[in-house]
Amino acid sequence: MNNADSKTESPGTDKPGTDNAAMHSPGQSAAWQRMASGSSVDTGKVVHFNYDGKQLRGVVGDTLASALLANGVRLVGRSFKYHRPRGIFTAGSEEPNALVQLEDGELTEPNTRATQVELYEGLSATSQNCWPSVNFDIGAINSLVARILPAGFYYKTFMWPASMWLTYEKFIRKAAGLGRSPVVNDPDQYEQLHAHCDVLIVGAGPAGLAATMAAARTGARVILMEEQPQVGGSLLWNQASIDGQPGMEWVKRSLSELEAMENVRLVTRCTVAGYYDYNFLTALERISDHLPVAQRSAGSLRQRFWKIRASKVVLCTGSIERPLLFADNDRPGVMLASSLRTYLHRYAVLVTNKLVVFTNNDSAYAVALEYQSAGAMVTLVDLRDDNELADNRFVQQAKDAGIVVHGGCGIVRVNGKKAIRSVVVGRLDAGKKGTSGPELTIDCDTVGCSGGWNPTVHLHSQARGKLQFEKSLQSFVPDQSADAAVAINPSFSAGACAGQFSLNQCLIEGFSAGSKAARLGLDSSGGPAVEQASMFGSTSEAVGEGIAKHADMLWTVPTDHPVGEGPRKHFHDLQNDVTVADIHLAAREGYLSVEHLKRYTTTGMGTDQGKTSNISALAVMAEIRGAQIPEVGTTTFRPPFTPVTLGAVAGQYTDDLFLQSRKTAIHDWHVENGAVFEDVGDWKRPWYFPRAGEDMHQAVQREVATVRKTGGMLDASTLGKIDLQGPDVAKFLEMIYTNAWSSLAVGKCRYGLMLNEHGMVFDDGVTTRLAENHYHMTTTTGGAARVLGWLEEWLQTEWPDWQVYCNSVTEQWAVIALNGPVARQVLQQCCDLDFSEQAFPHMSFQEGAIGNIPARIFRISFTGEMSFEINVPARYGRHVWELLYAAGQQFDLCTYGTEAMHVLRAEKGFIIVGQDTDGTVTPHDLGMSWIVSQKKHDFLGKRSLSRSDTAREARKQLVGLLTDNPETVLPEGSHLVSEILEAPPMQTEGHVTSSYMSPNLGRSIALAMIDNGLARLGESVTARLMDGQLIAAKIVEPVFFDSKGERMHD
Amino acid sequence: MLLIDCPWCGERDQTEFSAHGEAHIARPQNTAELSDEEWGDYVFFRKNIKGIHYERWVHDFGCRRWFNAIRDTASDQIFATYKPSDAVPDITAADKASES
Ligand SMILES: [Zn+2]
Repeated sequence: MNNADSKTESPGTDKPGTDNAAMHSPGQSAAWQRMASGSSVDTGKVVHFNYDGKQLRGVVGDTLASALLANGVRLVGRSFKYHRPRGIFTAGSEEPNALVQLEDGELTEPNTRATQVELYEGLSATSQNCWPSVNFDIGAINSLVARILPAGFYYKTFMWPASMWLTYEKFIRKAAGLGRSPVVNDPDQYEQLHAHCDVLIVGAGPAGLAATMAAARTGARVILMEEQPQVGGSLLWNQASIDGQPGMEWVKRSLSELEAMENVRLVTRCTVAGYYDYNFLTALERISDHLPVAQRSAGSLRQRFWKIRASKVVLCTGSIERPLLFADNDRPGVMLASSLRTYLHRYAVLVTNKLVVFTNNDSAYAVALEYQSAGAMVTLVDLRDDNELADNRFVQQAKDAGIVVHGGCGIVRVNGKKAIRSVVVGRLDAGKKGTSGPELTIDCDTVGCSGGWNPTVHLHSQARGKLQFEKSLQSFVPDQSADAAVAINPSFSAGACAGQFSLNQCLIEGFSAGSKAARLGLDSSGGPAVEQASMFGSTSEAVGEGIAKHADMLWTVPTDHPVGEGPRKHFHDLQNDVTVADIHLAAREGYLSVEHLKRYTTTGMGTDQGKTSNISALAVMAEIRGAQIPEVGTTTFRPPFTPVTLGAVAGQYTDDLFLQSRKTAIHDWHVENGAVFEDVGDWKRPWYFPRAGEDMHQAVQREVATVRKTGGMLDASTLGKIDLQGPDVAKFLEMIYTNAWSSLAVGKCRYGLMLNEHGMVFDDGVTTRLAENHYHMTTTTGGAARVLGWLEEWLQTEWPDWQVYCNSVTEQWAVIALNGPVARQVLQQCCDLDFSEQAFPHMSFQEGAIGNIPARIFRISFTGEMSFEINVPARYGRHVWELLYAAGQQFDLCTYGTEAMHVLRAEKGFIIVGQDTDGTVTPHDLGMSWIVSQKKHDFLGKRSLSRSDTAREARKQLVGLLTDNPETVLPEGSHLVSEILEAPPMQTEGHVTSSYMSPNLGRSIALAMIDNGLARLGESVTARLMDGQLIAAKIVEPVFFDSKGERMHD
Repeated sequence: MLLIDCPWCGERDQTEFSAHGEAHIARPQNTAELSDEEWGDYVFFRKNIKGIHYERWVHDFGCRRWFNAIRDTASDQIFATYKPSDAVPDITAADKASES
């Protein structure tokens, strides 16, 4: 569309968005008006929505921001720190002010940018950070006590002293913060999607579309992603023509060409948010956010999180207008000049009819001309003086249109708090450090300001791309020289994001970048050459080429008092409420570098990441230091470009898919028989099997007692199991374990400890020689994968010529541990083997059959009782479990879980690696010197055991503890001290690693690691608990029960 | 996120791999004869290079094979990946490029 088509409509209740205007000022022409048409809206179709409890009307295609402006809503929020009234400032993703809470209940979403929320029927939004209402906000008291909340307040509070933080915290938590987090689960569906392409193009403005066409015509697989619901970029709102036709006609032609190509994927409503190494990019696609809530059917996707690997990337992300820093520039009604054009031409909203355009460059003249021609009263204030403006054709155009241009002037203050009543304009002194002469007050309710343009270099910067300072733009642009190329992230920037502001050049450079990207790395035959010919001929636009024509930048517009010394504030970061005075304060306190400045003032650290403020902050600091902007530095942009929904990042991987649990073959039986489960690694293991009326303690005490009295069975299927085969296995085990293995006969089992090269215990288990060159290794449940990895590491990297083949068989075997005095009788009911002491001694193995199921039976014990571990193919696990269980009933056999297993092994002083050890424990520390071979020349970790610190005598050692009061169970983790002081700190000598009530001993028992423990048997120590309680205990041997080990035998 | 060329499987996402530090450190044969210092050097000390680094990787969530990579730790550019049994690739040209 163009201006000629835009006709204003008189306010009337039958017209969308105008009824409020009429109510607001009855009988007069409203200050704001809905025009006849815009490139993004259908003004004939009304959409109803609710804002802060008021029913309002917008039109199809509106954003929430454009609809609010069409209803005359100017005040949309309160600022973060001072709670100052704020209005809509921009029309895009850079919006710092207009953050709203969208919807409520389970659908609620805080901090959404009203400028990016697409309006839908029934939308409900509320303003944020204000209580009780946006018009009367208690927090605004902060504004009056600004002196106690200077820049650096948070910084200093965090730094010192720690105790004061507790005092401040309550106050800050209540006063600060933006929207409210949802408190119930997100009901929406999300997904992650992986995509691969030859060329990814980000941004579908003129440069991006040209790049896409060039790349696509080579046959390359191309993905084009556009943040907006529509493609076209700046052509949606500027008045440019291409080939003598309106720009949007060219967009339509381009789009129909692209849509017909199978190698092109065009994704709109999709923000590329992160650019990571090797051209890995992430993007958030909003699929149903723009639909009325009722139309978002259950089970359909809300958002999609893209993970893209692209061979090449072309960035066409455009630019963001820069505000001017003048006194009270945060008042509702101060907006970026270009956003006024966007609202007028895309959304058909004439934001005001009393406009002051305040600029330092040519680009804002189009705003003035277009608003003037749409019927508004417009005044131009230009910081450039008459010399600088001489022969400027835009000034001439403005004057010809009847617009008054105040050259060499600046806005020195703004009248009005919740809305602008007028601005006061002063003439700048020669040095531009102050104003003099008579001031002029101009009636207006809106100021469109433009301080130039910042190329949107965020993604380029995220990809490690270097930036260079472009003086003519007074901004950073991507350094695209060959020297600066990032080898791992081949990419190009084209168009405004590369500092190119002429439409013709944007098209040409976009096309060239797309073509280069598609062909880079291909040999000459790699794809058809692409001619640019006839794609676009001449272009025309009102102001494009004038954008870069700055005078020397005036970064801080003077007011009637020095910065920081009077009531008026120059805000540069609207979202985090940071002023120019704050930068001066930071400089005075020595926070000169940009990284310090950021942390001290919090500039650029809001949810907008300072899209409108970063360069200004750098520039002001440069001014203060008398330095050039590049000397101050530039901030590193980090992902995401705009906030990404956490639910979308998680995608479909939630609930059951978040972390898969592992279940044994016998799991269902446990469920049916009332087991309570605990998580061990990813496994679900029965913790205990409560009987009617039993609590956990009672159930565990019963199970522990029963195992020793009659017997019990445990599902031990989760133990790690590794099948080892090959002629060199014995030699290998000699290196892996601390004890001797070559002597192990076929059919025999042996317990072993594994050390890392530091000499520290990292796993244990029993390994059995099944046949001459065939071994079965068991590991801890949690250590299975780690041990297999450890074996493979040594075999692949150090001893590749050894013939050893490892295979995980954890899942292949179900394991039932049968323990207790009746174990042998129960087993004999189901199996023909001779289980006598002689025929089947402790630490041996035989194959047999349980019923008719083939089984590997190991006579090994983790309880100190007569014990058999029966391994059967996993699919028979439940069947064999049931056979044994049935056979055991006449002997009062019980089932027991992991908790009873822990108590039973602790009664015997058997360690659990990872519970009683922590990676700093040697076999000697565990009192297990007997398992460390003195004869072997070498094994992993051996040499470390004789290092001075490892061989030291008084190291922490494993001991038993008996509390003076036998009823008291020490909390695991309790610290042990000898000398009790009034309050911490006290010298800790060790800690409790395992602690239980033992029914078989009729008292509590504990294991502990304590300094020089083995030499201190009989001594007393004290556990001091967090609450100050003291528990006295005696150091004893760590074996509490059957210390001679007689029960494992007949 | 790195894209790593497993010598057995081809290019895969970094999430499938884990890194294990400096490569080409042979385990000493005569551990009993080493001084504490010599043994400590083997166990604890590794180069911490800014630039070209020869390092060990394993394709945990793939073929579970170990291999070596030559990576610039500053730019994350990977110049070569190779099997433990392979000769160390010559990356002289890349080396020079990274120094300049
Ligand atoms: Zn692989």
